[in-house]
Parts: sequence; structure tokens; C-alpha cells
Amino acid sequence: MDWKALAAPRVLAVATAVVLTTALTLVFFYAPLEAEQGFLQKIFYVHVPLAIVSLCGFVAGGILAIAHLRTGDSRWDVRSYVAIHMSLIFGLATLITGSIWAKGSWGHWWVWNEPTLVSFLIVFLLYATYQPLRFAIEDPERQARYASVFAITAGAFVPMNFIAVRLSSAYVHPRVLGATGNLPGAMELTFAISLAAIALLYLTLCSLELHTKRARAQLRALRRRVEERTGAPARAPARSAAPSLPLPPRTVGTITSMRNHPGREA
Amino acid sequence: MKRTVGALLRKEMLVELRTLESVPGMSLFSLTTFVIFHFALNRNSIDGDLAAGILWVTLLFAAMLGINRLFVADSEEGALDGFLLAPVDRSALLAAKVLALLAYLVVLELVAVPAFALLLLGPSLGPGLGGLVAVLALGDIGVAVIGTLVSALAVRTRARDLLGPLLALPLLVPVVIAGARASSPLLALHSSGTPAGRWLLTLALYDLLFGLIAYALFDFLVED
Repeated sequence: MDWKALAAPRVLAVATAVVLTTALTLVFFYAPLEAEQGFLQKIFYVHVPLAIVSLCGFVAGGILAIAHLRTGDSRWDVRSYVAIHMSLIFGLATLITGSIWAKGSWGHWWVWNEPTLVSFLIVFLLYATYQPLRFAIEDPERQARYASVFAITAGAFVPMNFIAVRLSSAYVHPRVLGATGNLPGAMELTFAISLAAIALLYLTLCSLELHTKRARAQLRALRRRVEERTGAPARAPARSAAPSLPLPPRTVGTITSMRNHPGREA
Repeated sequence: MKRTVGALLRKEMLVELRTLESVPGMSLFSLTTFVIFHFALNRNSIDGDLAAGILWVTLLFAAMLGINRLFVADSEEGALDGFLLAPVDRSALLAAKVLALLAYLVVLELVAVPAFALLLLGPSLGPGLGGLVAVLALGDIGVAVIGTLVSALAVRTRARDLLGPLLALPLLVPVVIAGARASSPLLALHSSGTPAGRWLLTLALYDLLFGLIAYALFDFLVED
């Protein structure tokens, strides 16, 4: 039993719970009410960290994909997949909270003259094709390679897109990054802790997803050994957009025999 | 390298001249789209922002037709396998495909832009023509680079006709923003004659960035 590996997500989860509770307490009981928007402005402590974390996650997915292409190790591809997958979920949450905020402060669910929101939507639409792309390629090795090429291109696209959209219109967005000097101290502190909480939440969820993948790979290996002993026919795994971790070395012989299974030929 | 690119480009041009698979279709598509815009907008003449938007949207969607087909023949008729067997640099294929797509786009624009000026554009194209050519040229490079990369990515997938545009359109949003904003003053009623420098700079930066990325990543797409 690998206790170290078991402990890591548990520590992360506890840390996340503590920091998230602190952040929410600060948001509701410590941070001052904003003069113009009042209580509505509190969504800022959720929306902006979600956006920052998910954009960083997209870029991190690209960097992990570089590691995959350089080493050819499929574990990097799994990490890149998990980073992008989680960022997509956080990105959806960003769009929803952003819409609520826009409705509250400007009266519309969607505003086009708001470059940060628009560029985020473009990035989200681009990454939404990540899973269909993976799903459309049957060979797992090529799927991983092509997905990494996509992840790197899209990762470089994120900053480029923000430059282009920001240039295209005068911004009305409350600029937070790089302009934290405008925030009063109490708000700044609350924002920093909220950002840390959301980042920790992201890391915890990523680590949990990686753990699930590891457990599933082990389960698959065990099941295959059982099938080998009992002589039951080995089934080809269902086609999936999600990459799976390589099996432990003991079962390598089984993998190659699976690869050569006639049902798997493209 | 130069000789390889030359040979590959000659092959592309020869295939296109003999089959006439992409360019006539793209040009015809752009003409039809202008007619559709005329009826859909119910306007006889347009200018400024609207004209720039319609021109860029039409060119982009026409380019999609070419992008979707760029690697199909190579992949299906085995030219890609032949290329991989040859002891040459893989990047030569990228360069040849980008140049071929660029040539298709130039021919497309030689048809589409005059047709646009005749059919839809209110103000005369004359004073802004030089600027428009510069904007289109920079935009074309971006479309050709992204188009080649995406086409190579999509051609080996099962849903390539769907995935090509799905991947390429979001990636090309910055080109459309910069291209349309740069050309709208050139197509306005009182044209200033020169496009805004920052948009040309954005386009150039985009071309450079994605040119380098395509160069770095293309090898991984044609590995097998």
C-alpha cells in the first residue's frame, strides 16, 4: 500500500476545506461592502479567482503537453488532460458567475463591450473542442500526441487572444490584476485568500482525478489477470476521450496482447 | 530544404490545376455568400464596419473550404506515406502547404474583393486599396499557418469535416478582430487610406507567434 500517495490528496483536501471556509468567512463578515454595487460585489471574490485559476490551468495544460511531447511519457499526457478538463469545469463556472455579475451590475446577462468576458468565451469555445478532438482519434498513442499539439497551440493562444480582444475595445471591466493598489486593504486580503482557496480547490480536484485514474488502471490490471486465470475472453475497452494511465509493468504482456486484439484495429 | 519545398509546392499546384478541387469552389462560395448577404441584410450597398465584417467573414468561411481539403488527398492517396519515406525535413511539408494555401487565398481574394466592390461596397475601393492589400496579406499568412496546422490535426480524425472548422474558427478570432478593425476605415465613406498601425502590428505578431508554434509542432503531426 502506497501511504504517501494516499496522504497527498487528503492533506490537500483538508487544506482546501480550511482555506475555503476562511475565505468565505472573510468574504461575508470581514470584507467591507462596496460603495456602488453593495452586496453584489461579493461575487467578485469567487468569479475572478475562478477565471484566473482556469486560465492558468489551460496554460499549465499546454506546459504539461510540452513535457509529454519531449519525453513521450504518456503520464504527462494524462496530467495535461486532467489540467485542461478541470479548467473547462472552472471555466464554465467563471462564465456563469460572470453572467450573474453582469446581469446584476449592468442589467444584461451578456455584454459584448466587455473584453475580458468575451475573450474568456473565445478561449472556452476553443477548449470545448479538446474532448471531441480526442474522441475522434482511436489510436491512443496518436490521440495523446495530437491532443498535446492542440494543448500547446491553445495554451499560446490564451494570452494572444486576450491582447487582441483587449485592444479591440476600451475596457470597462473592473481591472483587478495589476491594479490591486486600488483595492482597500481588507478587500485585497480577502481576494488573496479567495484566490488561494480556489487554486487549492483546483489542485485537490486535479489530484483526486489523477488518483481515480491510477485506481482505475490498477483495477483494470487486476481484472485482466483474473480473466487470464479463469480463461474468460478479454474485452476491448470502450473508446474514450480520456486518456488512461499505463498499466503497472507486471501486466505489460497483457497490454500488448490487448493491442493486437482484432476488435481494436482502426 | 528549398528544393524540397519547391518540389512539394509544384506538386500542390499541379494537383490543384488538374483537379480544380479547392480554388474554384472557394471563389464561387464567396460570390454566393455576397449574394446571400445582399438578400439577408436587404441592403444594396454597405460601408465601414459592416462592409469589413462581411468581407472578412466571407473570406474566412471560403478559406475553411480550402483548409478542410488541404491534406485529404495526401492522406487518402498515400502521398503522405511517400513523403514520410523520403529522407527530407518534415518542415518542408509545412512550408509547402502554407505556401499553397496562401496561393489559394490570394487567388480567392483576386476574385472575391473585386466582386465585393462591384456587388456590395458603397464607397469606391480606390483610395483604401493599398492599405487593404497590406491587411489582407498579413491576415492571409495567419489564416494559412493556422489552417495548415489545424488541417494536419483534423485529417487523421474520424470527424475531420466537423473538427477542422471547430478548431480553426476560435483560433482565428484574433485575425478577424484585427483584420476587420483594420479594414473598416478603408471601406468607410470617407476613407483615410491607411489602416491603423496597431492592428497591423497585432496581425504581424499573431503570424509570427503561430508561425513559430506550427514550425515547432508540425513534426509531431506527421510522425506515423
